[in-house]
Amino acid sequence: MELFTALNISKSYAAHKALDKVNITVPEQSIFGLLGPNGAGKTTFIRIVNRIIAPDEGEILFNGKKMGAEEVEKIGYLPEERGLYKKMKVGEQALYLAQLRGMTHQDATRKLQYWFDKFELRGWWNRKVEELSKGMQQKVQFIVTIIHNPKLLIFDEPFSGFDPINVNLLKEEILTLRNNGATIIFSTHNMASVEELCDHIALINNSKKILDGNVKAIKKTYKMNTFEVNFTGFEEDLRTFLPPSFHVILQKKEDDGSIARIQLPGNMTTNDLLREMIPHVSVRSLNEIIPSMNDIFIRAVTEQNSITPDLSTIQS
Amino acid sequence: MKKIFLIIRREYLTRVKKRSFIIMTILGPLLMAAVFIVPIYLATVSNESKTVAVLDESGFFYEKFKDSENIKFHYLLSDLNSAKESFTKTGDYALLYIPKTAVSLPENAIIYAKSQVNIMVKSYIKDVMSRQIEELKLEAKIRDIQPTTGGNLTTDDILRSIKANVDITTIKIGSNGKEEKSYPEVSMFLGIFSGILIYFFIFLFGSQVMRGVIEEKTSRIIELIISSVKPFQLMMGKIIGVGLVGLTQFLLWVILTFGLVTIVTSSFSTRLKPNAPTEQFMTGQNQIIHADKPASPPNPAKDNKDNVNEVLDAINTIDFPVMLSSFLFFFLFGYLLYAALFAAIGSAVDSEADTQQFMLPITIPLIFSFVMAQYIMQEPQGPMAIWFSMIPLTSPVIMMVRIPFGVPYYQVILSMVLLLLGFLGTTWIAGKIYRTGILMYGKKVNYKELWKWIRYKN
Repeated sequence: MELFTALNISKSYAAHKALDKVNITVPEQSIFGLLGPNGAGKTTFIRIVNRIIAPDEGEILFNGKKMGAEEVEKIGYLPEERGLYKKMKVGEQALYLAQLRGMTHQDATRKLQYWFDKFELRGWWNRKVEELSKGMQQKVQFIVTIIHNPKLLIFDEPFSGFDPINVNLLKEEILTLRNNGATIIFSTHNMASVEELCDHIALINNSKKILDGNVKAIKKTYKMNTFEVNFTGFEEDLRTFLPPSFHVILQKKEDDGSIARIQLPGNMTTNDLLREMIPHVSVRSLNEIIPSMNDIFIRAVTEQNSITPDLSTIQS
Repeated sequence: MKKIFLIIRREYLTRVKKRSFIIMTILGPLLMAAVFIVPIYLATVSNESKTVAVLDESGFFYEKFKDSENIKFHYLLSDLNSAKESFTKTGDYALLYIPKTAVSLPENAIIYAKSQVNIMVKSYIKDVMSRQIEELKLEAKIRDIQPTTGGNLTTDDILRSIKANVDITTIKIGSNGKEEKSYPEVSMFLGIFSGILIYFFIFLFGSQVMRGVIEEKTSRIIELIISSVKPFQLMMGKIIGVGLVGLTQFLLWVILTFGLVTIVTSSFSTRLKPNAPTEQFMTGQNQIIHADKPASPPNPAKDNKDNVNEVLDAINTIDFPVMLSSFLFFFLFGYLLYAALFAAIGSAVDSEADTQQFMLPITIPLIFSFVMAQYIMQEPQGPMAIWFSMIPLTSPVIMMVRIPFGVPYYQVILSMVLLLLGFLGTTWIAGKIYRTGILMYGKKVNYKELWKWIRYKN
């Protein structure tokens, strides 16, 4: 069941089209990666979801109903460009932001104390924000994002600026939140964290959505039928005995044996490869190469750019 | 609505708790009190003896004004016109005229003087008159209640009923015998004072709004907040919050200034009534209405007297809440109008250094109206005065300069309506610029760009 659906969202700024008929569906209780190069329209999309700006066209459904102003309180948002009032006390400020999200003073105080304890910020309640380290400030920002128990969490580049320890802390919290029922949209360039966390993704490039779906399914469709073979007993070019339709991408000699990457024609399988190989070499291992999200990202973006070149690149 | 209240509260509390606010709150009254106290002090220390001629047609005050160290009195028995004529020829400092009254006790008087009347002289005369009238009233009261001894009148009731309410108008007589209402002295003071107050209030707190917006933008908290509330709510919350800070400061200033003035003046001289500055305020306000009535027409003495009485009676019917409420209105809406523009500027730039190019169109009408104020005072009913007191960008200062001189009600109301419309208009435009500007970083914004933002739909 989907928590959130964006239908045909378009948005233009003067001559520049920031989003062009984007459809995105986010299943409930999933971690949804919103990917795309810089300037693709991710932030615009996130701002539309947060009702910071309104789309020119299209609508957003939340829980199957058209999203209204009151749904904003069910969203927690950690913007990419984030900060706090420097001169304000930490606790006071966290309370203020929690109350702006519709919490009562009492409820907010209680929950904030819990989270401040958990993130080791307890002693900092009455200090000014400017006295905190950057990492601590980001913890405070994370806390105020999730404090009101939102159904939908939107993190825009959440890990930028965090040290590795805090990145792990954050990842754990994000997974816990998902397991406790929250749905998470998560915009990033960091493909490693996408592989690690995301169940679904959508890829936006040049204001259009060019790819979306379940991460495993996408990887499957982007498989190139390529295998990596580790073998011994043959040191010349494999192409001497392999059929010409087998494309040897790489072959190199290692300390004990050789490695080769071979792409098979679409109708061939592992067995076909083994059948050709075994008479000549002794195979030690065979693995299918599954494309990383990084590869998919680059491939999808370059493909789209070559088909519909960006208007700005033509002009420049 | 609850959220805008939260924003107002934050904006208010963070500013009121600042050290600079507390320092300003203490320094302001010290400065303002000095403005009041120094002239009073100087008047007290001057040794020059002043002679006041008294023309008492009511007959209640004959020989009641006793000579003091600095003030000598002598009594005239002529009519007003000849008294005035001889006054211009003698070296007398002032001519005190107490007109005859038909029924009540004379609580109004006119001081004719060649120059501005010394506040101490005025206060002394007022003091003597009040005491005399209270005495007379008390006598009458005692006569009244004698037959019903043990009646249910308490001391408080009696004290209240005998309270004298003396009003003194001052009129300046030139050496050529030409009369000039000298209350412009008071009106000028009042007009320029309230004009300057509004001017500073707008600048001081308008730029605080602007700095607040820039702070939110540069600290990058803005996106977090406008995902909870509408940009317009945030803008209005900030404007109202800062405005309340200003009002708080203003009220504290007024209270502390009066407190200080009261303490200091009462220690100067026991003769000087502690409420001397207050009195000056009150007389100023009371004189609004008859500003455009002829002071004393060159008629025979009898008509003249009646006319003066009419004017004096009119004074008592004026409610100075009008003056006060129009001050509050122009004070608040002038601020609101400009604060919205200041907020829009703050949203369009990345740092305070970039504000210069946009500040100019806002500061020009403000500084212009400030400079114009002195010309307006010379001709408060002239076409320039009327026009600039209608244009919303200049009306808060100019109208307040004009009001103590007497402005027809329709003009005041028209100006208020225009200012209100101006406020709605600038806030609407500012809201549009603000909405786009606060999310715009690293872009060099010019007027063309701003115009584009205004035209963006939603």
